[in-house]
Amino acid sequence: MLPPVLGVLFDGIAYGMLLFLLSVGLSVTLGLMNFVNLAHCAFAMLGGYVTVTLMNVLHWPFFATLPLAFLIAAAASVAFERTLYRRLYRASDLDQVLLTIGIAFVSVAVAAWFFGTTQQPVDMPAYMRGSFNVLGLNIAAYRLFLVGVGVAVTVALIGALEYTRFGAQVRAAVDNQRMASGLGINVDLTFAITFALGSGLAGLGGALAIEIVGLDPNFAFTYLVYVLIIVSVGGLGSIAGSFAAACLIGISDIAGKYYVPELGAFLIYLVMVVVLMWRPAGLFGKR
Amino acid sequence: MSAPAHIAPSKDAIANRAIALATRGLSMSFGSLVVARDIDLNLPVGARYALIGPNGAGKTTLINMMTGMLAPNSGQIFLGDEAITHLEPQDRVRRGLARTFQINTLFAGLNPLEAVTLAVIERRGIAGTFWQNIAMHREAIEEAHGILVKLRLGDCCYQPTRELPYGRQRLLEIALALATKPKVLLLDEPAAGVPQDESGDIFEVVASLSDDLTLLFIEHDMHVVFRFASHIIVLVGGAVFAQGTPAEIAADTGVREVYLGKRKHG
Amino acid sequence: MPASAAPSTPQQYLQSLSRWHPIEIAFWLATLTPFLLFPTYLSLASQIAVAALFALSLDLILGYAGIVSLGHAAFFGIGAYTAGLFSKFVWGEPLSGLLVATAMAALVGYASSFIVARFRHLTLIMITLGLGLLLAEAANSAGWLTGGSDGLQGVDIWPLLGLFKFDLYGTTAYAYSLSVLFVVFLMARRLINSPFGLALRGIRENWVRMPAIGADSRSHIRKVYTISAGVAGIAGAVIAQTTSTVSLEALSFERSADVLVMLVLGGAGRLYGGLVGAAIFMIARDQFSGIAPQFWYFWIGILLIAVVMLLPNGILGGLSKILARWRGR
Ligand SMILES: Nc1ncnc2c1ncn2[C@@H]1O[C@H](COP(=O)(O)OP(=O)(O)OP(=O)(O)O)[C@@H](O)[C@H]1O
Ligand SMILES: [Mg+2]
Repeated sequence: MLPPVLGVLFDGIAYGMLLFLLSVGLSVTLGLMNFVNLAHCAFAMLGGYVTVTLMNVLHWPFFATLPLAFLIAAAASVAFERTLYRRLYRASDLDQVLLTIGIAFVSVAVAAWFFGTTQQPVDMPAYMRGSFNVLGLNIAAYRLFLVGVGVAVTVALIGALEYTRFGAQVRAAVDNQRMASGLGINVDLTFAITFALGSGLAGLGGALAIEIVGLDPNFAFTYLVYVLIIVSVGGLGSIAGSFAAACLIGISDIAGKYYVPELGAFLIYLVMVVVLMWRPAGLFGKR
Repeated sequence: MSAPAHIAPSKDAIANRAIALATRGLSMSFGSLVVARDIDLNLPVGARYALIGPNGAGKTTLINMMTGMLAPNSGQIFLGDEAITHLEPQDRVRRGLARTFQINTLFAGLNPLEAVTLAVIERRGIAGTFWQNIAMHREAIEEAHGILVKLRLGDCCYQPTRELPYGRQRLLEIALALATKPKVLLLDEPAAGVPQDESGDIFEVVASLSDDLTLLFIEHDMHVVFRFASHIIVLVGGAVFAQGTPAEIAADTGVREVYLGKRKHG
Repeated sequence: MPASAAPSTPQQYLQSLSRWHPIEIAFWLATLTPFLLFPTYLSLASQIAVAALFALSLDLILGYAGIVSLGHAAFFGIGAYTAGLFSKFVWGEPLSGLLVATAMAALVGYASSFIVARFRHLTLIMITLGLGLLLAEAANSAGWLTGGSDGLQGVDIWPLLGLFKFDLYGTTAYAYSLSVLFVVFLMARRLINSPFGLALRGIRENWVRMPAIGADSRSHIRKVYTISAGVAGIAGAVIAQTTSTVSLEALSFERSADVLVMLVLGGAGRLYGGLVGAAIFMIARDQFSGIAPQFWYFWIGILLIAVVMLLPNGILGGLSKILARWRGR
């Protein structure tokens, strides 16, 4: 018999994987360009709505919608990057915050306009709804799947960053932009691609999140807070950092809600403030 | 206090003077790039040192370390007798170590009068006063204006800094540093980017500074260096390659090959 | 350079920068018109004055020292709850309550300023956001003290100066909030024209240069953050006293975001920006009070995008540019 704390731990990690998918893109783009993108979760929300629409209107199976959630979120983010964001790379934090908060506000209203303010239903395939028993511990199939996706994405990202040419360029640009452009790396293009990839992952995260946390127009803000916490706790530009921070926050949040529900979200804010005071650049951050 | 102008202090006289600024074993690297290797320097009081070296030699980095904007990996820095290696940048300034920047680092939205007044009130310790109008502090304002006039900026002191001609902005860099009443002044390419005919003006101003002021300036133009420096330090690849009087440096075949020679051909 | 006669000394020049402009006097006279012309809108006018106070407090840190805060409602809420609790447990005299609330907000501001002054950029934004959310959650959990999501019960404010009751029409409320706003504005105006104000502008204009002229930016930031927190506390206390209610909304992220919107809409770093922005924002919200909140925020979003892209210095910045061009011809 395994103690129930392991069940909480497992749920926390599954939740953390979701948060990781939502936040890793922002972490890398922030590390690259220092661009404070508070609309990041609007792209995640877009992914969620793509999945909902494809499933409920066109009756696609859940898994078939996921690639499109990724692609459409990525494409939309590139459209914004090329038209609005790129003009503010050298602007102040304040301008970046204002522009992207503005975009997030608009995304909330647009989502409410098209889909209403209620939670969106999704019909999971039957084999994803089940759960199985491991030594007395109830493991939900879908959460196990989430952990699988999270680990796979992490491995893929770290592998791509370590072993591909593009990855080397991204790493060089995160470490030192001056030097990277001096070495002939096209920082602009590198950024655009990374940005699309990061938003695509967020879109995927948004689609996968529906089953766990639901989807309504406030998603863009509710999860923004989590994402920002993970990014700053993990350290800008660090994939391993985002992973560790997402697990930490996921576990703290689930455990907090399970054991001390009256504290609400207090615990994760506390974790963030404490970590940042101890290490202003985050757990794995260099700057 | 200062020697009569016509008697140039001999090399020995300088060597016997007290040391204003010294470094011991200063080392630093950015990742795998070593930008300072075991640098030992002594700047005697009142000396005019030039720091030369090819691009990327680590000259600016050395100034950044001396002024506390970058922390060395190892080594020590002394201002007079005091170790300042671990002081905050502003505390070094308050002890008399000022600098200018190679790339203009000015207050774009303030005018020169406001900017220099700011430096003066910081030095006088009244910058925290929030209950009095600044115009009440006449002495500070007049001191600031005096510095501006001395640096030939009197006629544009009400114009926003961002609208000033570039050469004027370079002078304002120096004015801001002077307002801190430094004992040691580190000038990072004071005439960088200024057309040749104007750069002479800037160095005239530099040369007219008080004899008690210890000066270290970075400069690429060898004519200027040989004209204004009493002593030259050559930095190559983060290490002190040679140092001595202008005559010694000019005669040093190593320097000629590594640095001066290259410049003449390039 | 000012268009008026050239000042003869540098000192007179600096003096001339802080002289009262006729437009300013007209502005303050205009704030009196609601008493005569719009007596039915006095409660709204009072809310505008409070929002203006809050925006002014944010302007001190954002517009003058360049500190972006996404959690400024923390101090507004502390002021509001302190004033409410003070009236409930001590007595309902408003001016003493105002002082206590100010002191409390300033004290918490001082304590958190040690954290805030250590950071820049994203970490700073996150820290202010985190502290704000932390406090909101704490107030939510501490239902025994704050009343939780039901709001604080039992706020009872005595008549102002023992004479003027806070009535339903809002006459006293507006007179009170406007007087407080004006007094605080005078102090803020003095502050920005002081040596300290110049140092703050230095921090905003060039953070890197400040240490190189011997300035300890962190100690300046601690000071202005404390002052700004105190002013935000005043705003919170006034809203609590004039409406006799305090709710968790006073601490919410929306409030932090709204005040930021008001300030950038009016124009940060120009004292009147927050006041003008607050008036426009509050009047617009009153006019559109029928529409669902998310569509209200749609327009706010469009507005933010437009301000950043087209009007980087807010409405007042745009106006002064037009004015300068017009004068230049
Ligand atoms: N913050 C930094 N991070 C990484 N590398 C840096 C940084 N600052 C400088 N460098 C590198 O360190 C080396 C020394 O730079 P430094 O600015 O000290 O050179 P310099 O001698 O002043 O050159 P120049 O004559 O061009 O001004 C250069 O190769 C530069 O690219
Ligand atoms: Mg240099």
